[in-house]
Amino acid sequence: MLLSLDAATVRFGERAVLDAVDLDVAEHEVVCVLGPSGSGKSTLLRVVAGLQPLASGRVLLDGLDQAGVPAHKRGVGLMFQDHQLFPQRDVAGNVAFGLRMHGAPKGEAAERVRELLELVGLPGAGTRAVSALSGGEQQRVALARALAPRPRLLMLDEPLGQLDRSLRERLVVELRELFGRLGTTVLAVTHDQGEAFALADRVVVMRDGRIAQSGTPLEVWQRPADAFVARFLGFENVVPGTVVGEAADTAWGKVPVPEGSAQGPRTLLVRPGGVRLGPAAEGLPCTVAARTFKGTHVAVHLQPEDGPRLEAACALRDAPEVGDVVGVDFDAAEIVVLG
Amino acid sequence: MTRRRSGNAARLALMVVPVAFFAVFFAYPVAAIVARGLDDGGDWQLGRIADVVAQPDIRHVLWFTTWQALVSTALTLLVALPGAYVFARLDFPGKQVLRAVVTVPFVLPTVVVGTAFLALVGRGGLLDELWGVRLDTTVWAILLAHVFFNYAVVVRTVGGLWAQLDPRQEDAARMLGASRLRAWRTVTLPALTPAVAAAALMVFLFTFTSFGVVQILGGPTFSTLEVEIYRQTSDLFDLATAAVLTLVQFAAVGAILAVHAWTVRRRESALRLVDASATAHRPRGAGQWALLAGVLVSVALLVLLPLAVLVQRSLDAPGFSYYRALTSEDGGMFLVPPIDAIGNSLRYAVAATLIAVVIGGLAAAALTRRDAGPLVRGFDALLMLPLGVSAVTVGFGFLIALDEPPLDLRASWIIVPLAQALVGVPFVVRTMLPVLRAVDVRLREAAAVLGASPWRVWREVDLPLVRRALLIAAGFAFAVSLGEFGATVFLARPDNPTLPVAVARLLSRPGELNYGQAMALSTILMVVCAAALLVLERLRGADRTGEF
Repeated sequence: MLLSLDAATVRFGERAVLDAVDLDVAEHEVVCVLGPSGSGKSTLLRVVAGLQPLASGRVLLDGLDQAGVPAHKRGVGLMFQDHQLFPQRDVAGNVAFGLRMHGAPKGEAAERVRELLELVGLPGAGTRAVSALSGGEQQRVALARALAPRPRLLMLDEPLGQLDRSLRERLVVELRELFGRLGTTVLAVTHDQGEAFALADRVVVMRDGRIAQSGTPLEVWQRPADAFVARFLGFENVVPGTVVGEAADTAWGKVPVPEGSAQGPRTLLVRPGGVRLGPAAEGLPCTVAARTFKGTHVAVHLQPEDGPRLEAACALRDAPEVGDVVGVDFDAAEIVVLG
Repeated sequence: MTRRRSGNAARLALMVVPVAFFAVFFAYPVAAIVARGLDDGGDWQLGRIADVVAQPDIRHVLWFTTWQALVSTALTLLVALPGAYVFARLDFPGKQVLRAVVTVPFVLPTVVVGTAFLALVGRGGLLDELWGVRLDTTVWAILLAHVFFNYAVVVRTVGGLWAQLDPRQEDAARMLGASRLRAWRTVTLPALTPAVAAAALMVFLFTFTSFGVVQILGGPTFSTLEVEIYRQTSDLFDLATAAVLTLVQFAAVGAILAVHAWTVRRRESALRLVDASATAHRPRGAGQWALLAGVLVSVALLVLLPLAVLVQRSLDAPGFSYYRALTSEDGGMFLVPPIDAIGNSLRYAVAATLIAVVIGGLAAAALTRRDAGPLVRGFDALLMLPLGVSAVTVGFGFLIALDEPPLDLRASWIIVPLAQALVGVPFVVRTMLPVLRAVDVRLREAAAVLGASPWRVWREVDLPLVRRALLIAAGFAFAVSLGEFGATVFLARPDNPTLPVAVARLLSRPGELNYGQAMALSTILMVVCAAALLVLERLRGADRTGEF
């Protein structure tokens, strides 16, 4: 393993910001840590970088315990959330910084800077002042700067957090391609699930300093580990229920579940696509409380007579109007019994 | 954990030199004063404090010191607060130059301020010539000089904040239904109050410990504690009484500084600050034009006129004869031509600046991190003490403490720059600390992650960002040393006077020529200080961090 965290724990006062976290990152792997703010993901990066001491546990790089190794000798790269470019240096001066620290000869450093600026799509920008760069350009310079000393592990803290949506979506594809091409090992943290799923080979969901789930983007998306992960991924239809055979008793009445689901008292996730609308007389009667246009579909918010609200995804032409009364039934294939 | 401990160790190492400096050159002399005042062959005579304070003439001094400081502070606020507004919020041609000009008095030696007001309102002064009005026998001369001297303190402290307050906060209040006045009262005023309080306390402190101005303008009638300490020491040789008075002043200054520290902490509360250049606008409406005119007139009368009169008086003899007289040896009080004082002053000021920058720089570096323990916070407070503890105390303390081996410095020239550096260190710390603290911690971390060792981080990240602050700090230390009077007057040897000491001596002697020479020498000193300030302003540029 390139990076291993072994029961890594960090406390701020009484509070455990990282609570006995175990995490492995293999060489060439791109791992994305996903979690809400305050879940400890940035602290995780700082621990690996050597900027935050551990209360207990270990950080191993290439199998070597990093206790007592200061940040500047760990050979890892960290791209900060707001980039932290050095304001008094130009673009080339920023990118060359790590090379100078590692004693690279001038000519070689200049060549590498040129190469990196080309790689991140800013050829010839070396003499520009960093204050004159746009947000997206700053992000690229920060990336080039972090890559320059060829760190064995590149860490990204909310790499696209401050950029606008369309730029973010374009850059995430570029980053994914770039890391694949360079074979870089990456540990990134983000609160944006779209970013995490697009970037990562493996996604690690964090909650309150602990790892809630770890898996490929597809696994996490299809089978959230628990109600927290499901809600964090944006699913609203999460209810407690009792599973007996191929159906569950919930606040929304009897709901079918897939074959072989775990039995007994559980939490159920109903994907919006699995909520089918029909005539008012059939199924669970609900009133349409609101509808929001989502581009590819319409999210319809339904209020049953009893029980929590339901979200359904409808094609635009099929969507009922606010105030309409509809009947709801469920598609077992779109229902997940959570752990 | 080891990393944190080693960081603490490094910080303690940085503190060693400044702490040693303060122990030897501040704590030890102060302790010596206490001993001299209260220790009688092993018996502590605490009753002596009551005895001294009970003397009617000492009580008179205490009373005068306090009320003149209060009135000076009130007058300064009255005159300078409109100025703070005008400089913060209104745009007018020549604003930058005028802002620099009103700051000149603050870096002027107190002796020059005294001399300038003597030339304006004293015997044979401008008002005397025009209307036969003399104010130098009244307290007004002192009060006006104090306003002149401290105008910039209020304009800088309050105006600096005012310029950075987001005007949209007031807009928000107005959108919620507040009238213009109500919005100002409920949004802007509370934000400004701590700055006004801090400025008022600084002015009170400066005027409470006023020495040069009162020494020159007070005559035999008016005497502050500071002047009285000097009189007891050098005229009456009553060291015990002087020591007791020093302790009284020490206690008063300590109390004022404690309140000041408290208001400064409150001032650091989260305010929405914006770029100062975005908040100013051309005057609108008759009210703002009238305010601008009023401020310009008061600046002209209070700041420009005394300086102009000083220059005019120094030239008030045919063929620059006052200036030429400075180069001649008169064999009277001076063993050397007065002009030599310029060389002495510059030499001392350079040495004092070096010492102050090294000591203050190390201290600021040690204090950079905010999450410091009580030890470090105490150190911070210790560094501020010399700013308030009077210069006379420092000089007097040096005189009675550093007079025997192994620390017999009385014969050495270095004693003068050492005392001046002690007064300059707080300026260096206060100028550098906000800049060092403003350096984003993550910028340092970014450098560390890229492979920079702690020393490299300091050199590559901190130093380029604070280089300018360092130069500004050096400039302040230089100006302070150049004008330092209270301590130097005790310590400078008769054959090596500094400019302020030479001016004071010339003024203390009768005769037209001595008076003229004092004016000439003051003018030279003013020009040097103003030049130093203009260089600072240029350096400071758009970047207005720091307290001064």
